[in-house]
Amino acid sequence: MADISLSAAAPVVPRRRFRWSTVVDHAILITGALIMFLPLLILVQTASTPDVETMKYGPGLYFGDQLDDNFRKALFEASGFSGENTGLAMFKNSMILGLGFAFGKIIIGMMAAYAIVYFRLRFATFAFWLIFTTLLLPLEVRILPSYEITQKLGLLNTYTGLIVPLIASATATFFFRQFFRSVPEELVEAARIDGAGPVKFFIDILVPLSQTMIAAMFIIMFVYGWNQYLWPTMVTTEEGMYTLVRGIKQIVQVLQGGNEIPEYGRANVLAIIAVLPPVAIVIFFQSWFVKGLTESDK
Amino acid sequence: MKRAGFASRWLPILLLVPQLSIILVFFYWPAAYAVKSSFYLQDPFGFGQTFVGLENYASLSNSAEYFKVTNFTVIFTVLVTFFSLALALLLAVKADKVIRGAKTYRTLLMWVYAVAPPVAGFVGLLLFNQRWGPLTEFFGSLGWDFNLRADYFDTAFAMVVVSVWKQVPVNFIFFLSGLQSIPKSVREAALIDNRSASGRFWDVTFPLLAPTGFFLLIINITYALFDTFGVIDTLVQGEPGNNPMTLVYKVYVDGFRGNDLGGSSAQSVVLMVLVLALTVFQFRMVEKRIHYT
Repeated sequence: MADISLSAAAPVVPRRRFRWSTVVDHAILITGALIMFLPLLILVQTASTPDVETMKYGPGLYFGDQLDDNFRKALFEASGFSGENTGLAMFKNSMILGLGFAFGKIIIGMMAAYAIVYFRLRFATFAFWLIFTTLLLPLEVRILPSYEITQKLGLLNTYTGLIVPLIASATATFFFRQFFRSVPEELVEAARIDGAGPVKFFIDILVPLSQTMIAAMFIIMFVYGWNQYLWPTMVTTEEGMYTLVRGIKQIVQVLQGGNEIPEYGRANVLAIIAVLPPVAIVIFFQSWFVKGLTESDK
Repeated sequence: MKRAGFASRWLPILLLVPQLSIILVFFYWPAAYAVKSSFYLQDPFGFGQTFVGLENYASLSNSAEYFKVTNFTVIFTVLVTFFSLALALLLAVKADKVIRGAKTYRTLLMWVYAVAPPVAGFVGLLLFNQRWGPLTEFFGSLGWDFNLRADYFDTAFAMVVVSVWKQVPVNFIFFLSGLQSIPKSVREAALIDNRSASGRFWDVTFPLLAPTGFFLLIINITYALFDTFGVIDTLVQGEPGNNPMTLVYKVYVDGFRGNDLGGSSAQSVVLMVLVLALTVFQFRMVEKRIHYT
């Protein structure tokens, strides 16, 4: 699929009609953009307002002056009982999950795809089916047995237990297999004539060639890992292991119960911190991200 | 398969070991475990299990609640898929058409892709707050006494709205990319043949987008079935009660909360079969598509 570019040509139609339809087009696009944006603006507004005001009147039209204060509270004060789940600690866990998942998936996927595409194996077809069957069933379908097994292995509340079961699907492998197959065969022959072995070929030729693909995969996988909710909710019960997204569950429960004034300010700051890193990455590396996403449609 | 390759015997095996060991432990073992547990009844206090054959499946098919949840899941999936595809297509067609600000619109319409589903649900809690939620007030002014978490229909409505909001950006990205891969010559030919813009859309653009649309249909069904878990769990604030829930949510509630491993596993197996059927259907369609291009 082609890159999204700005090549669309303007239809040559009489000038007046063209203008009116353009106004309607822009109106629709602006409405769409606002519907995407306004709900999240409410998060920022309530994060800057004193909790009492939010509790009484709800989101208002003006920004308050509590943003600094709420940020400090959200980052450095714990919201649970153990005192371990400060915003900063949760941010660290989210980073470990996002990065660990992305790196793990890409490295393991590239290795397996290299073996499948470039080597003649006796059990190649069998390995291929074994690996690609995993594309069919998402983790959610086998969530409970996965939990039981992780528990049996003693991996609850560990980073390994958090990350590795999520890696157990072959999306990245499939993606790199497709890409490697599009690499011209002459390259391998040339490398062999030059006396390069399989390891040298992989590191010196294939990896540099895949740079853009790796970047695109990395963005998609990081966002996917960072945004995980169900699996972290099950395997992490210690507050020190919470990620930001998993922490949303706790925030919601805090807002629900209790006789005190619910801490909307702090809760919303945490939600904002949970959203910012993946959103920033997707916006800044937009073209890679879009390429990676739409290339997977094959 | 490539014809030119390397002839090493041990290296490919070494390269495959990490991937294979992870999927064996965390994919095949759990999947087999689910199938096995679905034939057993777990002792509620954790003292062993008894083989009950197909009893778990039988009690599923007799359960009025399971029927209700299945029913809701189907309606929910249809609504979420339809609305997120339709709205995304509308926005993509417009974003493809405008000249000024095309790049800005693209960014503004796609960034919500990166928002985690539970955060979307959390924003939904604010928007639909019983006392002061902006949308609750808006519905109130229309005479609709909106009641999140207390009224079955209203909760289902909020779930659909939030899930659609979260899914439109992905579809938008794919549709826009699909639209922009339509060759310029085709567009120009269509312009000569067909004067009306809507006629051009339905006769030329829409059929050309069909492969993208079909791929997205599967993606959206999977999203509605599985990835909306975070939206649903936050909107009911972790306490489903009498609120609507999807099949995956019920697997979680019965198995993790209710400790009914057998019943939950039977549900998992039913879901696996459902997803496999969906994938087989998808492969069939993809094969057809390859045949005529």
